[in-house]
Amino acid sequence: MRGLKMDKMKQQQKPKLVIERDYSKYGFSVDVDYLYKARKGLSHEIVEEISKIKDEPKWMLEFRLKALEHFIQRPLPTWGPDLSRIPFDDLVYYLKPIDKQATSWEDLPEAIRQTFEKLGIPEAERKFLGGVGAMFDSETVYHKIREDLAKQGVIFCDTDTALKEYPELFRKYFGTVVPYNDNKFAALNSAVWSGGSFLYIPEGVHVNIPLQAYFRINAPQMGQFERTLIIAEPDSKVHYIESCTAGVYTTKSLHAAVVEIIALPGAHVRYTTLQNWADNVYNLVTKRAHAYENAIVEWLDANIGSQVTMKYPSVYLLGQGARAEILSVAFAGKGQHQDTGGKAIHLAPNTSSTITAKSVSKDGGKTNYRGLIKVLPGAINSRSFTKCDAIILDEQSVSDTIPYMEINENQVSIGHEATVGKVSDEQLFYLMSRGLTEQQALTMIVNGFFEAFTKELPMEYAVEFNRLIQLEMAGAVG
Amino acid sequence: MELEIKDLHVSIEGKKILNGISLKIKEGELHALMGPNGSGKSTLAYVLMGHPKYKIDSGEIIFHGENIINLTPDKRAKLGLFLGFQYPTEVPGVTFKNFLWTAYKTLNNGASYVDFNEILDEKLELLEIDKSFVLRYLNEGFSGGEKKRSEILQLAVLNPKIAVLDETDSGLDVDSLKIVANGIKKLNENGMGILLITHYQRILNYILPDFVHVMTDGKIVKSGGHDLAKEIEEKGYEGIKDG
Repeated sequence: MRGLKMDKMKQQQKPKLVIERDYSKYGFSVDVDYLYKARKGLSHEIVEEISKIKDEPKWMLEFRLKALEHFIQRPLPTWGPDLSRIPFDDLVYYLKPIDKQATSWEDLPEAIRQTFEKLGIPEAERKFLGGVGAMFDSETVYHKIREDLAKQGVIFCDTDTALKEYPELFRKYFGTVVPYNDNKFAALNSAVWSGGSFLYIPEGVHVNIPLQAYFRINAPQMGQFERTLIIAEPDSKVHYIESCTAGVYTTKSLHAAVVEIIALPGAHVRYTTLQNWADNVYNLVTKRAHAYENAIVEWLDANIGSQVTMKYPSVYLLGQGARAEILSVAFAGKGQHQDTGGKAIHLAPNTSSTITAKSVSKDGGKTNYRGLIKVLPGAINSRSFTKCDAIILDEQSVSDTIPYMEINENQVSIGHEATVGKVSDEQLFYLMSRGLTEQQALTMIVNGFFEAFTKELPMEYAVEFNRLIQLEMAGAVG
Repeated sequence: MELEIKDLHVSIEGKKILNGISLKIKEGELHALMGPNGSGKSTLAYVLMGHPKYKIDSGEIIFHGENIINLTPDKRAKLGLFLGFQYPTEVPGVTFKNFLWTAYKTLNNGASYVDFNEILDEKLELLEIDKSFVLRYLNEGFSGGEKKRSEILQLAVLNPKIAVLDETDSGLDVDSLKIVANGIKKLNENGMGILLITHYQRILNYILPDFVHVMTDGKIVKSGGHDLAKEIEEKGYEGIKDG
């Protein structure tokens, strides 16, 4: 994975910065006096209300309403996990926690500030991030970028603010990568979207420190619909990281985000997701990138938690020499279904894609790799390689591999490899003979299995990922 | 502290492999267990460490004064038992160092990482292993010789009371063999009890065992001093059995 090396060098130069967090407390929630809480369910009135509260231009309201129509008409997907139990009518689609976004953590209401303190975000910002956006239920409550980056013309703000402050740039790209009618949940997002990150990197600018967004669902039975738009001008470079967690409830919540990336010629965008949803969350996300000539787009996507996740980060390779690297990992525990993978669409000559997927299922959990490799006529000399590995930890758990391929060009090189296996008795015996308990040994084997992913993360996140896996292995999450 | 094997009968899938093994290994003693291929030597090693695929039909393994046959491998390790594997398993993505540190701190309550690093450095030097070795993934892509050195490095760092070393000498070139033998010798001199399982007499040119046992068909057919090893070299296992 040549393309995934970009952050290695500087990580080695960084001093050790370990933040001790109490990971067993992700499931907490706080009491907040919401400024506005939409009534349950979805309607034209609610969509109009959201747009009005946000004081949006007319075109956006029209976009939302068009999307709502499509959402209503479009049936649930007939493939993949069971979505019939999403309580669409009982969800709250918009929850506004505060009036004015803060640029200082102190300015936030105490309960919200404490939430992010507990999650370690302000500390991480001080230590190793170039900018942070924090979203609490439906709104981005905090956003800040380091001054030196802002001076170079980097824009990192929440998506609502971008619509107001950079209307032309916004309108030029918004909805161009993921159209409102792309799928049912992209339509839903387009109708009720709120918050998310807008990131713009000017031509030739290299942002060498990660930018981070944190998405937190606090209220019960709500839908979070952030919308992220990343525009990387020619020869620019950026690493964006998002983390997601939610309070634990017995009721269901829905997270349906849309992420659009435009990587212009020669740009290099890495997008890392570390999601750790509570297991009452349906996580149905559309992530897609357009990669122009010689651009590189990397999706590093970790899926832990949630009830159901459907997520297939994709790259449309539009220009000659464009490259896609997709690394998707998933862990499914009791009652969870992770339907994840990646897609690469080759539309130009000499493009290349690599998809690496790794999953572990345990206690009856289910993981699916679902992927698509598509090569259009004329995309000669395209190369694509997919590798999926799955570990099933017990008899109750399941894993499937569903690779789709549509190759419409002869002069290409396409490869696919898949393995599904159990942890070998010999590995367990070996580790246990050195004093590790069975639990320790299994966790070590699973962490080793995910190492191809972990080693690409900045150290902080690698530590966090390994601990999350440790908690999942111990069954202590949720 | 001693490890005592009493009239041990073991089978796998209904097939008898060990037919009444009795052996006593005290701390500081070096026993060599020799025998032809298929005589049950490796089975004995696995059974002593508690591999779940073998069935103990009768007999006892006494360690620390208790019968350990129902203990899982990790509990046996905690009592101070160690198995050096003939074919160590690869564990992809887990660095040697992370693995050994986890084992070390599990076996030594309240162990400090600083102490661990000191010990590790010292043993790396003793076994003439390059420092970069510990950052490699456990046994993955190790050559035969590297695997054996890795086992002895683990042995030296974890410092058990009694170690069973299964064919630690096989696959080593002469220089490596000397280094490994020297390492074992030092540990033995410091009080570790060792059961050295070997097919060949070769390693015994570098370490002199206190006792030599010959095993054929799942039984110990002859025990003696280190002279017995020489005798085997001259007469072969068949000769010993007949005599």
